[in-house]
Amino acid sequence: MINLEISPGHQNLSNMINGMAKSMIRPLSRKYDIKEHEKAVELENLAKMMEKMGGGGLGGGDKKDKKEASGAPEIKNGMQMLGVIGAMEMCWACTGLTLAIPGMGLGNAAIDAVASDEQKERFGKVFAAMAITEPGTGSDSANVCTTAEADGDEWVINGEKIFVTDGGQCTHVVVWATLDKSVGKAAIKSFVVPKDAPGLEVVRLEKKMGIRASDTAAITFTNCRIPRDNILGDATIARTAEERKKAFGGVMQTFDNTRPAVGAMANGVARAALDMTREILEKEGVSLDYGKRRWNSSALQAEFYNMEADYEAARLLILKAAWLADNKTPNSKEASMCKAKSGRVGSYITLRCVEICSSLGYGEEYLLEKFARDSKILDIFEGTQQIQQLIVARHQLGLSSRELK
Amino acid sequence: MSEQAKLFDLTLTEEQRITREMMKKFSEVQLRAISRDADEAGEAPEGFYNKTMELGLSLIPIPEEVGGAGIPRSPVSNMLNAEDLGKGDMSLALGAVTPLAFINTVIDNGTKEQQEAFLSPFIAEEFVPATIALMEPRATFEPSELQTSAVKEGDVYVINGVKSMVLLGDSAQQILVIAEENGTAAGYVVPAGTEGLGIENEKNMGLHAVNTSKVTLDNVKVPVINKLGSEEQPFDLERLLDLSRLGVCAMSLGCAEAMLEYVTEYVNERVAFGEPISHRQSVAFMVANIAIELEAMRLMVYRAASRAEQGLDFHREAYLAQVICAEKAMEIGNNGVQLLGGHGFIREHMVELWYRNLRSVGVLEGAACI
Repeated sequence: MINLEISPGHQNLSNMINGMAKSMIRPLSRKYDIKEHEKAVELENLAKMMEKMGGGGLGGGDKKDKKEASGAPEIKNGMQMLGVIGAMEMCWACTGLTLAIPGMGLGNAAIDAVASDEQKERFGKVFAAMAITEPGTGSDSANVCTTAEADGDEWVINGEKIFVTDGGQCTHVVVWATLDKSVGKAAIKSFVVPKDAPGLEVVRLEKKMGIRASDTAAITFTNCRIPRDNILGDATIARTAEERKKAFGGVMQTFDNTRPAVGAMANGVARAALDMTREILEKEGVSLDYGKRRWNSSALQAEFYNMEADYEAARLLILKAAWLADNKTPNSKEASMCKAKSGRVGSYITLRCVEICSSLGYGEEYLLEKFARDSKILDIFEGTQQIQQLIVARHQLGLSSRELK
Repeated sequence: MSEQAKLFDLTLTEEQRITREMMKKFSEVQLRAISRDADEAGEAPEGFYNKTMELGLSLIPIPEEVGGAGIPRSPVSNMLNAEDLGKGDMSLALGAVTPLAFINTVIDNGTKEQQEAFLSPFIAEEFVPATIALMEPRATFEPSELQTSAVKEGDVYVINGVKSMVLLGDSAQQILVIAEENGTAAGYVVPAGTEGLGIENEKNMGLHAVNTSKVTLDNVKVPVINKLGSEEQPFDLERLLDLSRLGVCAMSLGCAEAMLEYVTEYVNERVAFGEPISHRQSVAFMVANIAIELEAMRLMVYRAASRAEQGLDFHREAYLAQVICAEKAMEIGNNGVQLLGGHGFIREHMVELWYRNLRSVGVLEGAACI
């Protein structure tokens, strides 16, 4: 049955996360933006709380096994839905700090998605960052140059990674490296590298426009040695086209789950900006009550309604992508759709809110200017706006990556 | 409502699934096939509206006592119907559901006696045209500030004013005129042929196949019983507006979907510089954005309709659905033509017709109430 409201179970969790985020994260937002890279010690308790929440009865009543009489597959609102709702609430409070919470790294998502049971045992509780991008390799992630070579019981890793979110404060790094550059993407594998592995060096932390509370590291690997069983997934190189597609597809699949999550982050910041702008405007006597037709409203009201419509639409695209994933339906196109829309709408809204609120928007007394700085990265990492459009276009037009470059 | 029903869900009910198949087929065979000719002719072909009777649109919500099917009205199902019919042709679709908009509004606002009086004509085998007259010919028209007035004089209301974009105005047997009495809006059922009622056909940029009329009311008198809405139960203009917006928006979803399918095929077939133009990002990204914004529009409309169906407040959702549909439907119409280049401007292709029709979203108010 068509219903686009959050289920009561998820709504409760959403309220809970919102409550936490509001009281524990938002008050620290400006402080750690200024202190850039400094560890937010206050967040350690929060990380523990969240770990506990993750361990117990997520999804509330929704997870109960209730088969319909017809035997039709039961519709689920599960972990993916919770993931995006959580990301929205957390980033409503502060994107930078959300990314800095131990255990929230994208490396953890990769481990969850691909690791064997034994590996999950070993790496399930670590704080793992994700290292894909290199100085010469951005969106074309199949082009990574970092190498991994087998040597006895170990892998030897060599190369340089940049833009590693949480690379400074994490305990482990999931590194993309190639076993054989000449083979192409089939030879790209991911490896879990502990930060104290010999040959791993964090060479610098980037100074950024936004999400300053979260560190972004450059890491070099010089004959860096790790145990052979730290490889995620199969170590063999696929030789047939079919196998190759499957192997790289497995790596890329992680993104079908993380793209909606990053879309959700952008959506959370957008709502933060809208909420704050509404509060400021209403205090100044502007009513935003959807009364008159759009063009009979003031320019300010009309623009606010436009932004709200875009914000709500992006939110629904995210929820749909998560809903598909929860119900084991392929969602690659929808994941990219929601990321594309959320990313661009996020930047648009946060920037516009700064302008609308004038000196209050541009000044640091409020957080609007910070939202505008933070949101931009969300239209870039985890697949830029343009990469998302490319993916959607290929799906829509039925074209391969060779036909539509 | 069961627990299952409260989950976020985009699955159709079995009934909706079956109805959609029927609607889609009807839309393709009976609407799309005649869309261009009807647009050129400026009217629906003879017998078209009677054919729509097989869909049972009008009879479904009419109470059993009055002779209808008495099936509880479902805004979601009505919205899905509008989407499917809109894919065939927006203007014919608008014409087909115009009596239903009248019926729905009478059910929402009429007493039992009024429902009996105004709905019984629809218990017929033939299509019975009826319509709502809300809009007025002003750029700054605002539904909450109507210039059409109703004044009570003894046992009649005297109505004065000018209405525009009244769908099926020339053939409607009953027109529900929305007018203000002392600043309060209500609906007044005006039968065709009433003295002082002037009907003049309009010509518009699009929506050619459905006749729209300028309706002038010059001291039109109707019995007091013809007023929908009272002090105890005021006429719900906001609900009429919101449900109408959703109906028109749903039709734009169908039309935009037709556009997306058309340009997808076209850019894959059209060759320039030695390969299909779809291989160029500047073209492919436009198509991708149509797909993204269409899905965004759709989810906004679905959500608002679903809230209406569940009895939740849906004014904000319907308002924002109209905002996004008005904006993006225009953009999709514009880019659809652009993707075909000069060919898109030629009336041989459907895209120019859709461009003109899609612009009606954001303009039309008080039509297609679901």
